[in-house]
Amino acid sequence: MSLMNTQPDLDHELEHEVLRPRSWKMPVALTIFTLVALAGFCLTVDSGVESKVAIVTGNSLIGTINLVLPSFSALLVFTVAMAALAGISWWATATRTVKIGGVRIGSWVGILFGTFFVSAFLLWAVAGRGVALQFTSLLSGALFLSIPLIFGAMAGTVCERVGVINVSIEGQLLAGAFLAAVLGAITQNPWIGLLAAPIAGALIGLLLALFAVRYWVDHIIVGVVLNVLVGGLTSYLFSTVLTRNPDVFAMSVKLPIWKIPILSEIPVLGPVLFAQSVLVYIMYLAVIILQIMLFKSKWGLRLRSCGEHPRAADTVGIKVNRTRVVNTILGGAIAGLGGAYFTLANGLAFGKHMSGGRGYIALAAMILGGWKPKGALVAALLFGFADNLQNSLGVVGVEVPSQFMLMAPYLVTIFAVAGLVGRVHPPAMEGKPYKG
Amino acid sequence: MKLELRQVTKKFGDFLANDAIDLVVEPGQIHALLGENGAGKSTLMNVLYGLYGADGGEILLDGTPVRFSGPGDAMAAGIGMVHQHFMLVPVFTVAENVVLGHEPTGPFGMIKVDEARKIVKEISDKFGFDVDPDALVGDLPVGVQQRVEIIKALSRSAEILILDEPTAVLTPQETDELMDIMRQLKLSGTSIVFITHKLREVQEVADTIIVIRHGKVVGNALPTASQSELASLMVGRNVDLGVKDRADIDGEVVLEVVNLDLADEEGRILLENLCFTVSSGEILAIAGVQGNGQTELAEVLIGLRKPTAGSIVLHRHDEEGNRRSDDLAGKSVKKFLAAGIGFVPEDRGKDGIVHSFSIAENLVLDQISSPPFSSAGALNIRAIASNASDRVEEFDVRAGSSNAAVGTLSGGNQQKVVVARELSRDLSVLVASQPTRGVDIGSIEFIHSRIIQQRNKGTAVVIVSTELNEVTSLADRIAVMYDGHFVGIVPPDTERHVLGLMMAGVGYEDALAQAGHSPNPSEKAQGGDDV
Repeated sequence: MSLMNTQPDLDHELEHEVLRPRSWKMPVALTIFTLVALAGFCLTVDSGVESKVAIVTGNSLIGTINLVLPSFSALLVFTVAMAALAGISWWATATRTVKIGGVRIGSWVGILFGTFFVSAFLLWAVAGRGVALQFTSLLSGALFLSIPLIFGAMAGTVCERVGVINVSIEGQLLAGAFLAAVLGAITQNPWIGLLAAPIAGALIGLLLALFAVRYWVDHIIVGVVLNVLVGGLTSYLFSTVLTRNPDVFAMSVKLPIWKIPILSEIPVLGPVLFAQSVLVYIMYLAVIILQIMLFKSKWGLRLRSCGEHPRAADTVGIKVNRTRVVNTILGGAIAGLGGAYFTLANGLAFGKHMSGGRGYIALAAMILGGWKPKGALVAALLFGFADNLQNSLGVVGVEVPSQFMLMAPYLVTIFAVAGLVGRVHPPAMEGKPYKG
Repeated sequence: MKLELRQVTKKFGDFLANDAIDLVVEPGQIHALLGENGAGKSTLMNVLYGLYGADGGEILLDGTPVRFSGPGDAMAAGIGMVHQHFMLVPVFTVAENVVLGHEPTGPFGMIKVDEARKIVKEISDKFGFDVDPDALVGDLPVGVQQRVEIIKALSRSAEILILDEPTAVLTPQETDELMDIMRQLKLSGTSIVFITHKLREVQEVADTIIVIRHGKVVGNALPTASQSELASLMVGRNVDLGVKDRADIDGEVVLEVVNLDLADEEGRILLENLCFTVSSGEILAIAGVQGNGQTELAEVLIGLRKPTAGSIVLHRHDEEGNRRSDDLAGKSVKKFLAAGIGFVPEDRGKDGIVHSFSIAENLVLDQISSPPFSSAGALNIRAIASNASDRVEEFDVRAGSSNAAVGTLSGGNQQKVVVARELSRDLSVLVASQPTRGVDIGSIEFIHSRIIQQRNKGTAVVIVSTELNEVTSLADRIAVMYDGHFVGIVPPDTERHVLGLMMAGVGYEDALAQAGHSPNPSEKAQGGDDV
């Protein structure tokens, strides 16, 4: 049988070339940022001042490296590098070049540019200060701050991949934080609190699944309602029960910080990655397991089929709605676990609305990460870094208004999600009820 | 395995989709289930496959009654189904799609990818399918996707295979290949239920034919029955399958498209270097398999998409009778409409009507912002109502009242509302995309006659259709589209299999040569009679 020759060679393509549409957003944005760096950083430092940066190596022999750089020269180097990248971007857009050596220009130019810009900003901010910028604690703090974002983004990824939009991550974080704190305080055992956190999140996930999957209520509306509900409920319990019996409920417990032997000795990265709260190690495991299981296992394949083409899943005998409910609850549990960050990992008692909108940032991290655990991880780390900048700069004594620094992660979110980075595709049927 | 349906009945509300249907499928035979769109064929098969619960009757396998509560049960019993709209996840690989639901797994539920590949390879090699297990399904041509569906069913050791309108998305050549596959499957002992409304295919491959009309079995036939016999069984009366009279093409050029390109954001080429003209009083039909750029072309011609390059020039006479030409490329839809271009969209439910609006409102959607239907921002209800009663009568829209929501009408009547609205303006160009998709035969005839009437009034007409019958019966010239470009513009009496080859990308000359030297064996067997 010859079933193959349905596609004859087409030689017409040589005659005429269809030009792809160009977008000038990227080069224009890079140029603007380069000018900002030039005018805002290079030209505002006084001549002769120095920028000091301290890097903890984690190696007992070398100890801490103290870099002292002449501010103006260092800034100029970075600015020139940024200008060069902007130039590459102009050239690539004008010539419609997408890839060099198999790598997308848009991504590596963007990543390098961002790194240079942030470095220049840091050097400028600490220029002429007596105190050195603590680079290591800037990074390790960023990692710590991104814990709830990463757990939240993992929860969002699991839920959206199965077809349920989970806006209630915020509520799940808050519920996890609350139950973890209360049970941890009653038992005076942080580990019991850690077990309680995912249960609280799973309960919120169950409510979301019930309304979204069973009763076909709009997923986003249910999610927002649940956030308001959890916020109100925990605040009420806080004001009535918790504050009246502080000896029982408001005693803070804290998860231990583990220094992993050998690994924490790795230069520079060791102290950042492997001298952290237990919750960080759980987070590593969660990301790795989800990344593998979502894309390599039976569970992941079935889960994703329900989000992409539920009817196809149904026709091969997969119970779509059951899969959606189970995994929405699982997603809630993951977010709930992340909620333990606010209380147990920080060693704090519960406070009203202490999740502070991180659930929404986690959603943004999920989108920016292209609905993939590892992508979401990187995005969440980026947001965590922006969040931690204000702490690190505050220590040095930089007078950037704190409100402005608080805006940073949200600004990054808007730019990132607005598609400066590249378009990503959500699961095809997310948010659509499956009516069988 | 022998399958028997006894008195199977299925209702949707008051609508009787299947009315006491009896059907026997003998092992190793191909049964054609013939019927018009909406006759109830797919419903019956979805009942058999466990997707719908039956309201009455029973299903017997080898004489034993069975009850399927879901497709899982049907598959376990050895029934596989290839759906009209493929049940494949586009972002999964072929192997992932095939094993979905019965994955070979190792520790921790990890999928054994090698084993999955092997399952695909074995079946693919056995039937000569040539399918790459690691290809992403979304990247494959529809013909190959269909083979993936068949592999999926066979990998679950299906003994009865239901093919629901399998040829709707295929080129004639791919259709012939599918027929070969069906014959091979039959030889290997699989029974096939083949659902279609295309007479030619039924005659070619079926062992027995069951005809369904309005949810009832109206007759059995043998493949030796003539096409007109089958057609009248299917439709219930004698049908004129003939060709409509053609126009003499001597009108002035009205629409001139030059070097038209379209690419999407990601740089995928959708339309490539299209050049054509349409004259006053002429119908240019654009033929091709679904998804080769026709949808995009129609959208460009009404301004819904902006071409990346090229021009769309409209030649008209102004009030003083002077001929003027405007390039509309890049202009807004409003400008296209104002220039006298009418548009019947491909998907009326999505782009043609507002479901919850009344017939009267839908009939004036495009003119609602100007007199006589509104003035100073207020609607003139009386003008809208009188327009509605005129149009409803003129276009034979069957509805209780023109205040009824359009969503409550049948497909044919909805389409008449769309056509009525578009034809009620003074048109220099009419672009009609799939004008009769999902429409009953009576409405098809009516809509066709209105399109011809419009052409005879001097309008330049562009029809986009994937139904070859529609193309050949309406066109004055046929442009065949493949992969975003025109393979050629050919006369309307071009032979069917030449068009078929062109729809697969073969140039006109080559297609003529191929058709001449190696005529399609199945056609030869039938003495080459064709619709």
